[in-house]
Amino acid sequence: MGGVQTPLFASAAEVAQRLGAVGYLADPATATTVFLADRLGKPLLVEGPAGVGKTELAKAVAAATGSGLVRLQCYEGIDEARALYEWDYRKQLLRLQVDRDAGETGWDVERGHIFSEEFLLARPLLDAIRRSEPTVLLVDETDKADVEVEGLLLEVLSDFQVTIPELGTIVAERRPFVVLTSNATRELTEALKRRCLYLHLDYPDAERERAIVLERVPEVGERLAEQLVRTVRALRAMELKKSPSIAESIDWARTLVTLGLDTLDADAVRTTLGVVLKHASDAARATTELKLS
Amino acid sequence: MGLLDTLEGFTAALRRAGVPAGTSEVLDAARVLGAVDLLDRAQLRAGLAATLVKRPVHRAPFDLLFDLWFPPAVGDRAAGEDAGDAADGVDPAGAGPAGEPDVDALRSRLRDLLLSGDDAALRRFAQLAVAELGRLDAPPGRQSWFTYRVLRALSADTLLASMLDALLAGEPRGGLAEQLARQQLAERIAALRAYVEAEVRRRVAEERDRDQVARTALPPLADQVDFLRAQRDELAAMRRTVQPLARRLASRLAARRRIGHRGRLDVRRTVRASLGTGGVPLETHHRPRRAHKPELVVLCDVSGSVAGFAHFTLMLTAALREQFSRVRAFAFVDTTDEVTRLFGPGADLAESVRRMTREAELVTFDGHSDYGHALTVFVDRWPDAVGPKTSLLILGDARTNFRDPGLAHLKGLVERSRHAYWLNPEPRREWGSGDSAAPRYADVIEMVECRNVAQLTDFVGRLLPV
Repeated sequence: MGGVQTPLFASAAEVAQRLGAVGYLADPATATTVFLADRLGKPLLVEGPAGVGKTELAKAVAAATGSGLVRLQCYEGIDEARALYEWDYRKQLLRLQVDRDAGETGWDVERGHIFSEEFLLARPLLDAIRRSEPTVLLVDETDKADVEVEGLLLEVLSDFQVTIPELGTIVAERRPFVVLTSNATRELTEALKRRCLYLHLDYPDAERERAIVLERVPEVGERLAEQLVRTVRALRAMELKKSPSIAESIDWARTLVTLGLDTLDADAVRTTLGVVLKHASDAARATTELKLS
Repeated sequence: MGLLDTLEGFTAALRRAGVPAGTSEVLDAARVLGAVDLLDRAQLRAGLAATLVKRPVHRAPFDLLFDLWFPPAVGDRAAGEDAGDAADGVDPAGAGPAGEPDVDALRSRLRDLLLSGDDAALRRFAQLAVAELGRLDAPPGRQSWFTYRVLRALSADTLLASMLDALLAGEPRGGLAEQLARQQLAERIAALRAYVEAEVRRRVAEERDRDQVARTALPPLADQVDFLRAQRDELAAMRRTVQPLARRLASRLAARRRIGHRGRLDVRRTVRASLGTGGVPLETHHRPRRAHKPELVVLCDVSGSVAGFAHFTLMLTAALREQFSRVRAFAFVDTTDEVTRLFGPGADLAESVRRMTREAELVTFDGHSDYGHALTVFVDRWPDAVGPKTSLLILGDARTNFRDPGLAHLKGLVERSRHAYWLNPEPRREWGSGDSAAPRYADVIEMVECRNVAQLTDFVGRLLPV
């Protein structure tokens, strides 16, 4: 990388405050790690259970800093052509046809024509590198991608450059702020982890969760939010197949508001339990352990 | 000692604890020291964790060692995580510096704190309580701070009944409200315990070598805990690591099937796709390959001696049901019964295990493992359970109580099956000691040491057919 670029944030406290302003209540550890990722210019790898706000964090950083968000959604079987760049071969064929009709042929002519920017389809990784304005690159669900894609990411994320044989090397004008998320369905390679700062996002403490619920669903009110968070925490303490996440707490709050319930007693929990627990066996266990019936 | 020396000692201790902090991680950590506010301890902790801890299981040893190498305070000054929060509110509760500590006053303060749920205040209280109650006069060179002294004197559990009354405030007992209140109090009491332990470690580390404290205080990593020796809370932590293991397994198997074996060329779809590119077949299409779904038979010792281990293997069995076209599970103590129906998809594992001990016929004699009889019954009652397409998995410690090991039956089973493995939760060096018939079985079947989650993960990765 060339010159040092101006950091997005001046301090960890500023991170927390600016993320808070766009509705993301970060705990001190999250704020510090985001601050460091920006300051040290390293990608941020966020791991944790589903629904604790990993993707939201990237979106919030983009919103708080006024950056554009480029998102690469990983899935099984994603490859270079989907992640980095691809030549638009249909358009290239068409061009060849047109050139032949116009009588302009010969390899040197064609090479100049068909391997130019015009025929390049930039995919998220290349797109993020070529942008000159502030950018947040979100590589979502990295664990879903195959190991080979991690190799590709390594190259892009350590040097922030991409080599296209026909065009040459494209170096980032402005290094994007990179967030990788993972649900840990598989262990990411050591090499990738070494290049990243690591943040394990877990369920928040009771106070923060209550604040998050109130931020997202203000109609729910202090008292009901308090009850809801206590119940969700009791559910998390059980050994369930799928513990309720923050996303589910928020959904639950919305449900209670919609149903017009103002207190979370045994009846209310029993009738709305399906919002937070998605397995029949989990619901059965919760009913017995919380003595709902 | 300089900051970098401290960092070096800290990372060396991390490595000794099994956290792989390599050179590049340490360099990053050093850069972090230059970027964070060093007076803000929480920030320092988060920053170092971001560079040095790359797996959740490594977080617990990191926190413990961080407290030893970057102690919040020295001596009696009770300071909090954040600068400046030590001043407010807490004054010594004792009857003066020289007198005996006033335990009743401390207990009533503790009661208020546990009810209010003020975490920072609880931490300060723990530090104070250790200062007042944790010290035992000992000859120089001996440890003089003890966790149990503090916890016993405070005995938070005995406050439970009155705290429950206060929290419930007249609501009837026995319902949801009580369960929630109990849960909340249990959480806070656990927090108190953790704060007291951390404070005692800090005190001890001042008197003695912190390397030594680190060595004695560090629990093994969650995936290295022995199945047979695990405590209750360790077991719970291990179960949480096994569940993603099964899911990970499933996704890997699916990926292997898709990538490794592309099926035969689908001419119709290839030609159809080539129309978009002027008749040039730039992309070929293939027929999906039929999934290879082998059969799995699990034969599992569920006697008391291997109960912890059996729990895991049954859990894995339940998870494997989705991957193999046919999974049959058999359990035995001194006789064998089929338990497949109890571990169907969606079943709650703890409930399944309870039903198994209640409904399945596993014990006919005295409830001690009898491998010979169990194998005989298995072969007699389900002669066609194991065939040429079957992978056979036997789980047990091979402790026969000096009875007939039934080698001939096992040999027959191994010969009939496609693969056969025996997972033994005992360390390899104990195989063959006492009543263990492990070496004799190992002659007939491939026996694998499987003492902890790490080894189980490793085995599962190798076992599964590609």
